[in-house]
Amino acid sequence: MHPVITLVAQRLALGLLLLLAASVLIFIGTQILPGDVAQSILGQGATPETLANLREELGLNEPAVTRYFNWLFATLQGDLGTALTNGQDIASSMGKRLGNTLFLASVAAIIAVPLAILLGLIAVRYQGRWPDRVISTVTLATVSVPEFLLGYIAIYFLSVKFRVFPSLATVYDGMSLGDKLYAISMPVVVLVLVVLGHMMRMTRAAILNVMQSAYVETAELKGLRKFTIIARHAFPNAIAPVVNVVMLNLAYLVVGVVVVEVVFVYPGMGQYLVDHVSKRDVPVVQACGLVFAAVYIGLNLVADIVAILANPRLRHPK
Amino acid sequence: MSDMLLEVKNLKIEATAYPPGEAPRDITIVEGVSFKLEKGRVLGLIGESGAGKSTIGLSAMAYGRGGVRLTGGEVLVNGRDVLQAGPAGLRALRGREVTYVAQSAAAAFNPAKRLMEQVIETTLHHGLASKAEAEARAVTLFARLGLPNPETIGRRYPHQVSGGQLQRVMTAMALCPKPDLVIFDEPTTALDVTTQIEVLAAIKEAIADTGVAALYITHDLAVVAQVADDIMVLRGGKMVEYGTTDTIINRPAEPYTQALVSVRSIDHNEKSGGAPVLSVKGITARYRGTNFDVLSNVTVDLPEAQTLAVVGESGSGKSTLARVITGLLPPSAGTITFVGRDLAADFEARGKEDLRELQMIYQMADVAMNPRQTVGTIIGRPLEFYFGLKGAEKRHRIQELLDEIEMGEGFIDRYPAELSGGQKQRVCIARALAAKPKLIICDEVTSALDPLVADGILKLLLNLQKIEKVAYLFITHDLATVRAIADSIAVMYRGKVVRYGPKSQVLAPPFDDYTDLLLSSVPEMELGWLERTIANRKMEAAGN
Amino acid sequence: MRMPLSAAIGLFFTALYFGAAIFAGWIAPYGMAEIVGDSWEPWSMAHPLGTDTIGRDLLSRMIWGGQTTIFVAAAATILSFSLGSILGFLAAVKGGWIDQFLSRTVDLMMSIPSLIAALVVLSVMPVTMPVLIVVMGLLDATRVFRLSRAVAVDITVMDYVEAARLRGEKQVWIIFREILPNALSPLVAEMGLRFIFAVLFISTLSFLGLGVQPPLADWGGIVKENKEGIVYGIPAALIPAFAIATLAISVNLVADWVLNRTTSLKGGRG
Repeated sequence: MHPVITLVAQRLALGLLLLLAASVLIFIGTQILPGDVAQSILGQGATPETLANLREELGLNEPAVTRYFNWLFATLQGDLGTALTNGQDIASSMGKRLGNTLFLASVAAIIAVPLAILLGLIAVRYQGRWPDRVISTVTLATVSVPEFLLGYIAIYFLSVKFRVFPSLATVYDGMSLGDKLYAISMPVVVLVLVVLGHMMRMTRAAILNVMQSAYVETAELKGLRKFTIIARHAFPNAIAPVVNVVMLNLAYLVVGVVVVEVVFVYPGMGQYLVDHVSKRDVPVVQACGLVFAAVYIGLNLVADIVAILANPRLRHPK
Repeated sequence: MSDMLLEVKNLKIEATAYPPGEAPRDITIVEGVSFKLEKGRVLGLIGESGAGKSTIGLSAMAYGRGGVRLTGGEVLVNGRDVLQAGPAGLRALRGREVTYVAQSAAAAFNPAKRLMEQVIETTLHHGLASKAEAEARAVTLFARLGLPNPETIGRRYPHQVSGGQLQRVMTAMALCPKPDLVIFDEPTTALDVTTQIEVLAAIKEAIADTGVAALYITHDLAVVAQVADDIMVLRGGKMVEYGTTDTIINRPAEPYTQALVSVRSIDHNEKSGGAPVLSVKGITARYRGTNFDVLSNVTVDLPEAQTLAVVGESGSGKSTLARVITGLLPPSAGTITFVGRDLAADFEARGKEDLRELQMIYQMADVAMNPRQTVGTIIGRPLEFYFGLKGAEKRHRIQELLDEIEMGEGFIDRYPAELSGGQKQRVCIARALAAKPKLIICDEVTSALDPLVADGILKLLLNLQKIEKVAYLFITHDLATVRAIADSIAVMYRGKVVRYGPKSQVLAPPFDDYTDLLLSSVPEMELGWLERTIANRKMEAAGN
Repeated sequence: MRMPLSAAIGLFFTALYFGAAIFAGWIAPYGMAEIVGDSWEPWSMAHPLGTDTIGRDLLSRMIWGGQTTIFVAAAATILSFSLGSILGFLAAVKGGWIDQFLSRTVDLMMSIPSLIAALVVLSVMPVTMPVLIVVMGLLDATRVFRLSRAVAVDITVMDYVEAARLRGEKQVWIIFREILPNALSPLVAEMGLRFIFAVLFISTLSFLGLGVQPPLADWGGIVKENKEGIVYGIPAALIPAFAIATLAISVNLVADWVLNRTTSLKGGRG
């Protein structure tokens, strides 16, 4: 078999294995830690009787391994259980929220990725000169500020002072796409700012690394134009590192989205998770944790596979 | 005057140095260099590292590598001063009038593109020929340069062909647009000696066939003597001597040139007999996770206070032999006897005496010394560790060792980064000697050094052998070094010892095929050696 | 050697913040939870940064909050650093199954984004300061592990380490005399970055209501308390933003400088 297929298959298997291991980790995190789930849900004032009841209800009296496999198999069949706090089916409450979150994250990604690559290219083209410095300074500032603060700065200026965008990102069924996009404009701006800095800096570093290689010098000594050199010689070799950068930062976006949703009261996964962490609703937290981990692992997997596919040594073995 | 292709007048090249913690300052790399090159001639630029030869070569393309600036003088190519040319003028010059062959073709080719696309890129870009014509020309060049399967090799990717072949493809790439001038920047330095001679012959033939002019840059005078019509000797960015190849090789005027020509002429009387300090018997070894033997059934002896040179090309297993003897790679079969004792296969199982009496010196002195330790600490540690020396006693002994390696007291508190390449290697020698060893394994200890510096190190090693009665296992790919230092020689090829015995026997006919090939491939410092050797080989091949 | 201007600025602000944190009890004009006026009073001589949502002096809250934020972040950094670098060095020097075990465990831990992992754990653990420090320290130790292992692996393959091993040196000498001095500068720079990350992390958790619990102040918590004011154009919630950003940038500048300085040490005059 072609080595690339073998490698990709290996990576896919590894990704699945990792996801399985992550599910174990999430389970351990919520079940076997010294803190007693029942105790922490009910608080210090709980009577032994109510504690025992809740333990029974949560199945805490069964061995941990049994509980894990019960949970895993149910999850694989799409049954994420019911929330402790309101008794609703988790899968159905999560479905719409997941859609909302993916919508928000995709819009942010669609804007951030090309912009970051463009800015990275500009910074490389004018390396050390003022466009590079301006871009680098501004992005250093944006990566030094936490997401929620960027959010409030944006609200303070864009919605309160200048009233350009709404400060709350309310979306509901039946909204037109345009209205939806307008509603989420602020969280999108913040998310773009959050990932742009990292993505642009890493892109710049990846391309610079390629531009300093001997084969780019060869191309320069062939008398090619700067643009031709970048497009024909630097770009094909920069694909893998740049895709890697993009994927790493999209994974970062998955985390950023949690906070941004809370800031803008956006009905997505992040808010759902944070709400239920405060309420100590363990089944919801487990389910959300697993979904976030799956997306994160998936993105990293894509980055790995692209790197394999873009490597000429692997595509054309000796 | 119409034949004048390249005229460099009073060239000055500067760069900015950024010493850490200090203000950046301008340094002059090249100054006052002038030369002329007529059409169809080859000029060799020769010098040690830091002589500015590559920088001067690239000035013919008005190119400064890594922030290097061409600040003074004129570089006339076909009568035009290229230092004054604008971006469009430079693009017309580079790749069309002047092309370049780099030292490391493996790095200079784009790993993501097929060879053919890269070879004909310049020709197409400058609109010199149609795609079909360019490809046909490339195939012709491939064939002329002796590449296998010239019709199809262009479809391969750079990582799919060997180093020697890649260097030839790069030469084809430089010749394809029919330039007036090709700059060869150490094109054979990274190659094994038996590959070097083939590439060298191919380049020389291609130059002759196409009538192109060339600047041939190298540190190896014997190599440049084979291809150049004229030679310019450079040192520290200044011209030392400039003349015809015949004058430079046979009647050098300057002391520096004379030293370069007479380098590698050390000789010493071969010692023989004596009890072996090291006996290697039937060693077979492989690296973990691989399924072929890097060494198979290697048996050699080394008498005390003598030198055994283990010689071979890359992949011959000579460095692996060193790793087996030091115990870094336990062998799968065979025994090692050292000063009459059987040595444990793994160094961690060896006693302190075994470790002390068997020392090692590395190829890259830079990475063989901890950059955060002073020379005193580096040399002092074995004294402390093996002999428990402390304080004034230790300092006194360090001083003695520094004297032995011909370095003064002032070095004791210096850091490795403050030393020159030769000094670093001397400190490594002192560190090995500090342990009062019976045997020192020298792994390519002179290969990273300039020839004159390497000569100094070899002389030092020979002297120390007389004083300290230490045996050397000397691993090298360089036959001149072998001649200089060995008492006995083991020639290795693909993990086996193909020839072994006293130096006088190993280097005298009748030869086995490989030793013959190896010996006859080492460039000699005389005109016409390359043609003679190639002609001999052709005759032999015809005779068979 | 002269200190570059950027490093001087960075050092000044870093020292200012750390000084304010250490001496909070002396320099804060009011108590941490002391109500001294109406809610969201504007800036005045009495209250240079105004008052907060329930009328506490914001400057005092910021100083007390800085103390908590910096303390938690520093403690988590020290934990992640000692744990991560020791295990990283161990993995690099020992190799074999120890390395495999540690590296795969870290891979696994890093397969879950740290904020999500922290939220999962905090959903069952009591949210107290020690728990926060341990959770943050453990999660961040994975990053330190990767870096220190990578740095140490690069160094262990050097010939001078091989020379020391062939001399018969003990593991302790090799780690502390051969590897550590050469690994120090990247690790110090990384320490600055990890500290900044810890500041951002604890602020984020507090903002989400899952970090430092009231009435204790910390910068993330101050944002949470005052966020409603934003809609009315009251910038109280933005002040911690400024503090966090300037602290992050200052520490960054200092780390850069330390990295350059220690790098040039090995060269001497080089």
